[in-house]
Amino acid sequence: MAIQLKQQKKGVTQLAIQGELTIYSVLEHKQALSQYLSSAKDIQIDLADVTEIDSAGLQLLMFLKQEAVSRDISFSLSQHSEAVVEVLELLNLSKHFGDPIVISADWKSS
Amino acid sequence: MSELDAALTVFAQEAEELLTDMEDALLSLETKPDDSETINSLFRAMHTIKGSSGLFGFNAIVGFTHEAESVLDKVRNGERGIDAELISVLLDSKDHTAKLIEHCLTQKEAALPASLAADGERLIRQLTGRQTTDMQQSDDSVQLEIEGGGEISVDDNWLISLEFQKDAFRNGMDPLSFIRYLRTLGEIKQILTVASEMPVDDDMDPESCYLHFKIAFQSDANKQTIEAVFDFASDDCDIKILPPNSKLEEYLNLLNAQDDNHVKRLGDMLVQVGALTQNDVNHALQSQQANVDAEQEAPSKPLGEILVEQHVVQQPLVDQALKKQEQTKQKLASEANYIRVDASKLGHLINLVGELVISSAAMNLIVERHGLSDAGDVAASMNALVSSIRDTALELRMVQIGETFSRFKRVVRDVSKELNKDIELYISGGETELDKTVVEKINDPLTHLIRNALDHGIESPAQRVAAGKPAQGTVQLNAYHESGHIVIQIADDGAGLNSEKILDKALANGLIKPDHDLSQQEIHNLIFAAGLSTKDQATNLSGRGVGMDVVKKNIEALRGSVEIDSIEGEGTTISIRLPLTLAIIDGFMVGTGQDRYIIPLSMVDECIEMNANECEIDEIQHYINLRGQVLPYLRLGDYFHNQIADSNRKRESVVVVKFGQTKAGFVVDELHGEHQTVIKPLGKVFERLNGITGATVLGDGNVALILDVQGLIQAAIKNKSRPAPFLTSQRIQ
Repeated sequence: MAIQLKQQKKGVTQLAIQGELTIYSVLEHKQALSQYLSSAKDIQIDLADVTEIDSAGLQLLMFLKQEAVSRDISFSLSQHSEAVVEVLELLNLSKHFGDPIVISADWKSS
Repeated sequence: MSELDAALTVFAQEAEELLTDMEDALLSLETKPDDSETINSLFRAMHTIKGSSGLFGFNAIVGFTHEAESVLDKVRNGERGIDAELISVLLDSKDHTAKLIEHCLTQKEAALPASLAADGERLIRQLTGRQTTDMQQSDDSVQLEIEGGGEISVDDNWLISLEFQKDAFRNGMDPLSFIRYLRTLGEIKQILTVASEMPVDDDMDPESCYLHFKIAFQSDANKQTIEAVFDFASDDCDIKILPPNSKLEEYLNLLNAQDDNHVKRLGDMLVQVGALTQNDVNHALQSQQANVDAEQEAPSKPLGEILVEQHVVQQPLVDQALKKQEQTKQKLASEANYIRVDASKLGHLINLVGELVISSAAMNLIVERHGLSDAGDVAASMNALVSSIRDTALELRMVQIGETFSRFKRVVRDVSKELNKDIELYISGGETELDKTVVEKINDPLTHLIRNALDHGIESPAQRVAAGKPAQGTVQLNAYHESGHIVIQIADDGAGLNSEKILDKALANGLIKPDHDLSQQEIHNLIFAAGLSTKDQATNLSGRGVGMDVVKKNIEALRGSVEIDSIEGEGTTISIRLPLTLAIIDGFMVGTGQDRYIIPLSMVDECIEMNANECEIDEIQHYINLRGQVLPYLRLGDYFHNQIADSNRKRESVVVVKFGQTKAGFVVDELHGEHQTVIKPLGKVFERLNGITGATVLGDGNVALILDVQGLIQAAIKNKSRPAPFLTSQRIQ
């Protein structure tokens, strides 16, 4: 399972997605993440270890955001990895998610 | 004084002609609302009448026609759309003008009667009332609004809209890669990612794609190049590319600079200047077609409108292109130089071309026989020239059938009034071309068939409503090309043929015996027999039982055929099949023994070697098994009983021919291939020969017979249904 539950307390659920977030894994990810949507009040997802993200993966993030908003769950992404930032920048979606992005100095580009 | 009278007579005649033209034009506008030539002729009619009336001081006419003229001027300039409502007002206006003219001519001094004046005022109100219809859908702001908020404003950027379909991911598309690639062509100024159609909760399938993108893109690349980026995705994505405003100017200039020597289609014009790609046009045409298929009643939207709606091109560009198209049409119309040619001269030319075709075949033969390799090239190029001369010469005689069709509009209007029926005539395929001589000869049979449909076919409104059909009956006239033939269909949604009635009549007339064994189709075909009418009472239109046989004879004289297809209670469709031309055809030459026969190439479906794996012959049951399909067959050699010895058959081939829905195989000894065939009629002596329609002279001077495929197929079918005890018995024929 590429989703790790880091911490769960006082309604705050901290999750970390690891490895690929692509068409090959979205189904699995969605099932895993959906359960938290029904219970948690505050979901924080750590994207630091996302090595690869494609349109399907991005769409899943947008879906989670949409679901969270409609259920009044506070939802944030953090620790965006280089791959995630590149895609968010490309599609001009950083504002859509509204989370602060920290760009590391080691990254080659973007 | 008498001079003035003479002038008035001329005026009256001229006005009458103009008004008749106007009526025709209005009627044709009902089917082709955007035909600018017709609108022009309307305008000219009103304009001329206004001018001449002014000369005589008929102020009432001038006043009225002036209003009509200015409305038509607006229509002509595209400021006002023309619709059924306007057409009917214009028809009324035409009648009103006629009344005004009559009044002015008979009682010059008297004032207009109050009723006439009131009519005039009412019509003017109707004409001018709604000046601006829905023509102003374009305002120049090029902004795409998107559900879910947000818009992209574009000044100088390409606007690309990508709507991926659900299966895009599954088909291996990653929209991101296209967008990344797009960046190599220019700069993405702004991008909007939307997933407004994303379902909630469990309905969302993470492997389906719900993403749409709107991209403002700055690039010097042309539309073609940008579109090529998404080529790979075109099956899974709805791509719309709108050129930037700065390009607009360029396109407009290019449009203006396009040469105006021939009228081009809107789509072609826009593709040529680069505003659209062929894909865009195909797309729009498809959706236009889909609309037509979906709702046949509603007139389909013009292409320009669809293109603008699909956000692939800006309105001003379409307007400009249409204007240009219009100008070109006008220029051509004013320049149109037709030469009236004596039909007999044309006939003579075609005869000569026929001789030319034959002698060039002879020349080819000699060149081949003597193996003159240097002459070969010359002969080949001359051959190509000869065949294009042949095509051009035949084209000279081709006319569109539309004109013949539209004559029936008035017939239908008048006859339906006379019969107290409400009947609408739909015409399609009017642009189908066929030989002038054929057109002339088909007119009478068509009139007859249409009158039949109106009189016998369509029931009275009361009967129709009782039968659960709309009170308005429809008759459809359709024409299309099918394998070297033109098919003309007359379809009505009336009562259909009553088989029992036909049988009763046929029995009473002694046409058939009581123990007949006729298929439904054959029963229907009985109506073509002389002296058979199922109508109990003859009207002055039809029903005397003469006519259908004449129709059939006329059509057969043109080497055509009639088929009737009827479902009782639902309607009747009559299909007339005619050869496109009567002079020269592309033939396929086959041989049995010493003889050569020509089969019209358009009727040849395929040729197979006999006893190949896919083709088996069953001599006893008399059929061919062609890859599981059972076909009747005919040995041409046997049929024309000239085979010297059966035992000598070395190789046989089967030529599969089709005529309409029927197919059959002709068994021949040799296949000689394609041959340009000049049809020479057979003399009177041979008129009654079965299976042969004509002859042609071959290059070596021999004669080849042209087969009557239709007749031979019938013969083959008869052969099959009758058990053949001995093969030899068929030789007697």
